[in-house]
Amino acid sequence: MGQFIARRLMQTLGMLFLLSILLFGLVNLAPGGPLAGYGQSRHILPARAEILKRQFGLDKPLALQYLIWLVGNDWMRVDADGDGAPESLGSRKGILRGDFGFSFRTRQPVLVEISQRLWNTIYLMSVTLLVSLGVAIPIGVISAARQYSFFDILVTTFSFAGQAVPDFWLGLILILIFYGWLVNPFTGEPLLPAGGMYSLEARFVVWDRVKHLILPVTAGALGWIAWYSRFMRSSMLDVIHQDYLRTARAKGANQRIVLFRHALRNALIPLVTLFALDLPYIFGGAVFIETIFAWPGMGRLYYQAATQRDYPLLVAILIIGAGLMILSNLLADLLYAYLDPRIRYN
Amino acid sequence: MRAESMSQNPDPTPPDALLSSPAAPVPRFTTARGPGRVAFIWRRFRKHPGAIGGLLVLCLLTLAVLLADLSPYDANASNMAERLQPPTWRHPMGTDALGRDLLTRVLHGGRVSLAVGLIVVVISLGMGVPVGVIAGFYGGRIDGFLMRITDMFLSLPSFMVLILISAILREVEAPFFKKNNILTIGLVIGLLGWMTFARLVRAIFLTLREMDYITASRCLGASSLTIVTSHILPNAIGPIIVEATLELGYAIIEESGLSFLGFGIQPPTPSWGNLLSSAQEHFLKYPWLAIFPGLMIFLTIISVNYIGDGLRDAFDPYKVLTKVGEV
Repeated sequence: MGQFIARRLMQTLGMLFLLSILLFGLVNLAPGGPLAGYGQSRHILPARAEILKRQFGLDKPLALQYLIWLVGNDWMRVDADGDGAPESLGSRKGILRGDFGFSFRTRQPVLVEISQRLWNTIYLMSVTLLVSLGVAIPIGVISAARQYSFFDILVTTFSFAGQAVPDFWLGLILILIFYGWLVNPFTGEPLLPAGGMYSLEARFVVWDRVKHLILPVTAGALGWIAWYSRFMRSSMLDVIHQDYLRTARAKGANQRIVLFRHALRNALIPLVTLFALDLPYIFGGAVFIETIFAWPGMGRLYYQAATQRDYPLLVAILIIGAGLMILSNLLADLLYAYLDPRIRYN
Repeated sequence: MRAESMSQNPDPTPPDALLSSPAAPVPRFTTARGPGRVAFIWRRFRKHPGAIGGLLVLCLLTLAVLLADLSPYDANASNMAERLQPPTWRHPMGTDALGRDLLTRVLHGGRVSLAVGLIVVVISLGMGVPVGVIAGFYGGRIDGFLMRITDMFLSLPSFMVLILISAILREVEAPFFKKNNILTIGLVIGLLGWMTFARLVRAIFLTLREMDYITASRCLGASSLTIVTSHILPNAIGPIIVEATLELGYAIIEESGLSFLGFGIQPPTPSWGNLLSSAQEHFLKYPWLAIFPGLMIFLTIISVNYIGDGLRDAFDPYKVLTKVGEV
């Protein structure tokens, strides 16, 4: 087992290394070069552009640039004032030491920028995922227990529809209904806010927070509910016809206990691993939901960075995101082996 | 039912039949290809009401989209006298902020979405199937190498990479790839979507290449190419078609998402995504601008998903088709 984990971790490192080369190449091959998004202005004077290039070390060969990007340049002399003669030690530490550089847009360190947004996304996504699981698991169990009943057909149809609704459209429609059309009968204001995380002059802080959560969570959760409930149903159906359940029923356990104690535990195993695979979304956030509902999280940050081609920020989010995806894959495999003793890795 | 679809079974004839005179007709495994199999799949597919409904809707949509030029309105010419009109008989979906007929634009947008979807399917099939065939058939180091690459692509947060690449390409003006046109977007989504096919085909090849009938045909002197093309691939067709259908749906969603964010198809060329995106400014007062393009995406995706589901059931020899609406 230890060997298995060690090998997978080595592969992870290798893959991240390759990915870093790919991303570095992509950004440098991009039209306008890595500075395309720097300073908003497209028409930097040529002389100024030369100075900028030297200041950012872009006059060096690509391989050296990549090395600097990885390990930093505090071991070599750099041309900080851009006059063509290197004079002082560099200050970059490189991504291997956690220095992802500065955002072009705000001139803040990338990691500071990320940390300001990360909690908002974790807040939104964990509520969304918890709500999804809370709705999807019971729906899936009941739907499997009463296979082909009216309820089951309703749930299956819903899950097809839920997976087909684009969340950016759902978001707009929800805003239209709950912000545009429905009115709070007591105050005359729109029933629910159209965006943001909270209002500044709210009297009931908790209720205000909840109000701001309802629409983004609904828009975000529908797809997840459809997906998880469909998965839950089929994994429950796999379990439900097995002999040990018939035995439990034959020995007199009542149906509810059999379903929720004996069957659900085994049926949850695939769902747990699926959930582990979805964990990186808690980091990456939901680009559409956050953009539509003006939610200051990672997804919106990424969208803004892409619009302005803020490469340091984009690359950092992608590398961290990919690392988390690989780790969550490993976690899913390990969880599966742990929860289902029939599975062995070697 | 099971016997029929499993008829690629290596030895349907008793061994001594093979030893009899060469003139004696040796049964060939005809149901693997040809009209018999198509009819067989169709008969099973027909039993899935959702799939039939989906097929109907998708055919109608495709027809409408292909006939979009019959519309009396120009998709891109503005008409300020008729701006922001609600749906009427003259403009069944209303008009937008420049007075353009929304139905016409939605149909033209549908062309874009379906075209991108098809390009994506072709590209990801063209990349994924060969990778899967080579990895699954040869195994060993080649397999290991190809699968590491596949894993690497799979570990990318794909929509984010899509955003990054198309944000970069938005500035590019190459001969065929002007500013994120249909081809560019299709290519980019396809380059990030071939992995499922590679994995699927590889898995099928790994199982099938160990089977006795493959060994038998190798003993009879069949070349690797013959074995791959006429003995293994026909058995992989079903799952590949199912996956391709689902991929069509993903591609359409991804294209419209990209265009919604402004990284996909660039206006004035309409696409369902950028129609929704431009609706954002006005949709509280003029809701039809947001309702119809999204409804089209929804209809297309749900049809495609139902078709995929029906095909999956139809191709699955172990599936007993009795009840309605099985997931």
